[in-house]
Amino acid sequence: MLTVAPESGAGCQEGAIRHWSRAAIVGTLDVDMSTSVPMPLGGDPPGASSGPRVVHAAGSGTSGARAGTSAVAVGVAAAVEVESLSKHYGEVEAVKAVSFSVLTGEVFAFLGPNGAGKSTTIKMLCTLARPTAGRASVAGFDVERQPKAVRRHIGLVFQDQTLDDQLTAEENLRFHAVLYGVSHEQVAERIDRVLRLVALQDRRADLVSTFSGGMARRLEIARGMLHTPAVLFLDEPTVGLDPQTRALMWDDVLRMRDEEGVTIFLTTHYMDEAENADRIAIIDYGSIVALDTPDALKRQVGSDTVELVTADDAAAGARLASAGFQVSSGGDGLVVFAENGESQVARLVETAGVAVRNVHVHRPTLDDVFLHYTGRQIRETPADRSVGRSMRARMARRR
Amino acid sequence: MTVIDGSFQDVGAAPLVDERAGFAAELRTVGMVWERELIRFVRTRTRILSSFIQPILFLFVLGYGMSTLVGTTGGFDFKKFVFPGIVAMTVVTTAIFSAISIVWDREFGFLREMLVAPVSRGALVAGKTLGGATVATVQGTIMLALAPLIGVHLTVPLVVEVVGLELLMAVALTTFGVFVASRIQRIEGFQVVMQLVLFPMLFLSGALFPLKGLPAWLAVITRVNPLTYAVDPLRHVVFAAQHMPPAAAARFSTGVDLFGTALPLWGEIGIVAGFAVVFLGLAIAGFGRTE
Repeated sequence: MLTVAPESGAGCQEGAIRHWSRAAIVGTLDVDMSTSVPMPLGGDPPGASSGPRVVHAAGSGTSGARAGTSAVAVGVAAAVEVESLSKHYGEVEAVKAVSFSVLTGEVFAFLGPNGAGKSTTIKMLCTLARPTAGRASVAGFDVERQPKAVRRHIGLVFQDQTLDDQLTAEENLRFHAVLYGVSHEQVAERIDRVLRLVALQDRRADLVSTFSGGMARRLEIARGMLHTPAVLFLDEPTVGLDPQTRALMWDDVLRMRDEEGVTIFLTTHYMDEAENADRIAIIDYGSIVALDTPDALKRQVGSDTVELVTADDAAAGARLASAGFQVSSGGDGLVVFAENGESQVARLVETAGVAVRNVHVHRPTLDDVFLHYTGRQIRETPADRSVGRSMRARMARRR
Repeated sequence: MTVIDGSFQDVGAAPLVDERAGFAAELRTVGMVWERELIRFVRTRTRILSSFIQPILFLFVLGYGMSTLVGTTGGFDFKKFVFPGIVAMTVVTTAIFSAISIVWDREFGFLREMLVAPVSRGALVAGKTLGGATVATVQGTIMLALAPLIGVHLTVPLVVEVVGLELLMAVALTTFGVFVASRIQRIEGFQVVMQLVLFPMLFLSGALFPLKGLPAWLAVITRVNPLTYAVDPLRHVVFAAQHMPPAAAARFSTGVDLFGTALPLWGEIGIVAGFAVVFLGLAIAGFGRTE
């Protein structure tokens, strides 16, 4: 568990939890990029929303938690273990011999474009599809030989809603509790707890048909946690949700991890969302092309760059170069390559010796990482099918 | 790659090493699925009302209309004859259409929630079947309230017998509906199949006319129709509780002749039970497909 590592104490966890909600406050620093939209989970292209996270990553919060999780690697059983797992549909190789393991208590993200094999992998891990070759175990149970045991120990949140909207929130949860064998005495207590964890306790007696999309999604996460699973699988959990709801949902998920000790395995094609994970596996055309912590992945791509616009770029450039900085002059301003760019800003401004009009720190984003490993940008393809379905569902509900 | 439809991919055939094979847990699942069907039934009042419209229409339009044509024998008319048939019709229609909720669940995704749960398909199908059958039995029994209006005499033992037969009939037809639903992806498809199957079955079951003295081809069709064996026992027990003069009993007869001999009541019940078992098996198999 996380507590094994001393540096991942409660303070760090808290930092991780409040990552999103606090970003706006933390993000107001002297650097001009902090004036960009302070909501990191915006529906706009992922790159545009990287601002506040740069600021945050400099703090102790997430990085501490991440270091802690990595430290756990020794001596803790893997929650998910996958060896050369493949799935063929006829001629199509949807998943090509992937191998990885997910540590207990970790938030693990599968990042890739639509059709990369994310969902197929998750389906095999959840025993909903049979692997063509290879081996996988979840919570210590083999997905092929012990499918029922696997299902008992996992929570599932699908891309499409799977609630009964003619039942109340509580009835949906009770149904789930019985099907997952939650003992009779525990049912009420667990329902109370998971509803409180997603702050829906006031809506427990309301029909799900009166819920917004975001509330329904949060109820599904609560339901996925009801039977205290070892691993919570989330397949594209935030598709179709507005930015605020996505942030709330992430608060829920991270709270589940911290308070219930569950391992989180999610797939996503949103870069900003993958940032929340302790480790990310980038999957493309059925193969894992990179697997590491978000910071490590970004470091592999390159160092931070600081863009300076000064009153006299030539003079400033010369001074900075002579101070040992690697400088290149762009069309408009200077670009300085620096490890840990933000902590260098003060020194750079001082060294430049002329009036600095504008500073912009650019840390490599996951977009850069994705581009680096796959040679192309990830595209936010609209989840046409799921949108169509939910629209239909909503219309049918009116009948 | 079946992503949207919920009908995926169980590894049901694979040898399981399961920690929980508890029969009690399976029963709890059956109970919960059953309870959900009832909760939904109670919440959809429009459905309850609309499902009475058709049988009541049949009873009054057909019953009164035909009564003038057929006339009265020993104080017994066509309304009284057709009444048990209408009750059966209510049960059968409600039972079959209760399975539509499965197609609906598939459409809304809730079927997936059920199918990925660590429970057996048998428990899910059993719960669904019992839920649908309970609803259908309740609907059929409510129809009995019209009996005094028609002049059909009710006694407590008769009502008990009728409820028992309704339940059997309802279970049989719900398993059939669940089987069809397990093979069908869309609501529209289910409705089309059901209209094609249900109405011929109902009209050719003896629900609306006596089975004696039919032309040979029609006799054969009615004997092949499993509904015939579900409708007849119901009419038999209702008529047995009425004071019917022999002339009326001869005119509005009950009983099904099969290969020249009259089939006993338990034989008919056995046929319906067998039908239920076969379709229960098919329905469970229908949900056990593997990707």
